[in-house]
Amino acid sequence: MAKKLRTRGHRVVLNRSAGGDTGITIVLTLMGLFMFLPMYYVIIQSFKPLDELFMFPPRFYVINPTFDNFTDLVTLLSDSWVPFSRYIFNTVFITLFGTLGNLIFGSMAAYALAKLRFPGRNAIFQLIVMSLMFHSTVNQVTHFIILSAFGWIDTYLSIIVPSMAGTMGLYLMKQFMETSVPDTVLESARLDGASEFRTYLTIAMPMVKPAWLTLIIECFKTLWNSGSSIYIHSEELKTFNYAIQQIVSGGIARSGAGAAATVVMMLVPVGVFVLNQSKIIETMGSSGMKD
Amino acid sequence: MSQTSEQIKRPVQRSEMSKIQWTWKEMKRNKTAYFMLAPFLILFIVFTVLPVFLSMILSLTDFNMLEMPSWKGVTNFTRLFLEDEIFILACQNTLIFACVTGPVSYLLSLLIAWFINELPPKIRAVVTLVFYAPSISGQVYLIWKTLFSSDAYGWVNATLIDLGLMTKPILWFENADYVMGLCIVVALWTSLGTAFLAFIAGFQTVDRSMYEAAAVDGIKNRWQELWYITLPTMRPQMMFGAVLSITGAFGFGAVVDALCGFPSVDYAAHTIMHHLNDYGGQRYEVGYASAIAVVLFVIMISCNIVVKKALSKVGE
Repeated sequence: MAKKLRTRGHRVVLNRSAGGDTGITIVLTLMGLFMFLPMYYVIIQSFKPLDELFMFPPRFYVINPTFDNFTDLVTLLSDSWVPFSRYIFNTVFITLFGTLGNLIFGSMAAYALAKLRFPGRNAIFQLIVMSLMFHSTVNQVTHFIILSAFGWIDTYLSIIVPSMAGTMGLYLMKQFMETSVPDTVLESARLDGASEFRTYLTIAMPMVKPAWLTLIIECFKTLWNSGSSIYIHSEELKTFNYAIQQIVSGGIARSGAGAAATVVMMLVPVGVFVLNQSKIIETMGSSGMKD
Repeated sequence: MSQTSEQIKRPVQRSEMSKIQWTWKEMKRNKTAYFMLAPFLILFIVFTVLPVFLSMILSLTDFNMLEMPSWKGVTNFTRLFLEDEIFILACQNTLIFACVTGPVSYLLSLLIAWFINELPPKIRAVVTLVFYAPSISGQVYLIWKTLFSSDAYGWVNATLIDLGLMTKPILWFENADYVMGLCIVVALWTSLGTAFLAFIAGFQTVDRSMYEAAAVDGIKNRWQELWYITLPTMRPQMMFGAVLSITGAFGFGAVVDALCGFPSVDYAAHTIMHHLNDYGGQRYEVGYASAIAVVLFVIMISCNIVVKKALSKVGE
């Protein structure tokens, strides 16, 4: 109590020591470098001409940047048995339909769980929270048995349909709806004679656009980055990410094209995140779990 | 107006009837809710809930996907814990892996989110991207394989030799002494994901006036502020983050596979997840694989319960 409060204008200046600020800056910079340098190295590698790729010792900069690796990547992939475009098509197709399905099914379920009171509501939500607690690969053996019972092994369906029931985006959307869609607005829509489904579609959904984006990126990043799967064995159904794995494992001779492929792959999710960062953070504000 | 409001079906008064009757009435009143849930719920039950129960049943049988399963009781479990030495090794590795990556990635997410909280918004957005990008960039982590490459083109070997710290390159990913440590580093590198974003958002939901009030009340430094004000306020986010960190800590099998191949050298990075893949995906001993899955499932869920209990003590 002895210490006098410092103020600037009308605001209280918080207790911040210069030593603490410096310490934090140093730790943050070191951690930032640890995170950033490998990413930077991939990007640099993808622009290095052949002779620089094999230069010893390896350099963290490029002398004569070139797009050769990217053109190599295209030639390499078009020489392969399954054309390059097919891998890309597979990834885009799976990602698009999986994410769309997850958005539709997930948001309907999120609305029902957040805004309607019905028997079984809590039990279902608890089950969803529980599903966040274990990694889906635990289930892969029995998952395989179920998929083969449907005859879906080696089809797009084996990836797309289960991903439509992804719980992460649903959970975040439900939490967000609870805090940002006031019950009074829904009640007045119902009084005007709107059906429950209509209320969901025309009132609630437009109010939770940030949560859509979050759900989309959650589902998107999983599907976009899905590589080889035990449910798919036909080469022509495999994803772009799988193709990249093959190139990268081709060893040092292909390291340029491998780096180019990695850069291409990461541009999309990173781009989606950059464009929507503030909306995603907004959704995360309500992500908390009550005990 | 009064007519339309009568059309809205009111909740049934509970006291008028028995519990079953009441539940049934409520279910009928909420038909739409069930219709809206149905598409998701059916898929969720078929592809998430059912597999868990199926694993539990199959773990008590011998099943090779071709013949009918035959009942074996708990022999799969006794074989796992008493006869399967590689499983015990896998358990140890998994625990080391999870006990390091889980808490460390959790604390890192929390600390970094806290550190960047007071930065100006534009800079904060950039820093967030730097930390978050590795977790969404798919296979970017393969660059670690290049950096630690065993031939002369590996940057780490080149630098260490250049500095005179060693004379011949180390085969990082083929050496049982280093494999585990390296995998942990790479796993941590990709681990600042959704939990990290949740923490960033959590810190921003704390009202500045609370800090000012705390300063008046005699909070001396930012650490006290963090412990007494910030963390208790964002406890729900911390719970959510913990769940994700635990799930992540047990699910790094794919990263390990891509970095050191399968099986890893001397099983040095062999986790329960790998053991499961081995028996389920390659040997088709489905009963045995299911037993492994059940063990892993129980470990993950109990970790969650313990950590949730611990977190409810924060700031008390």
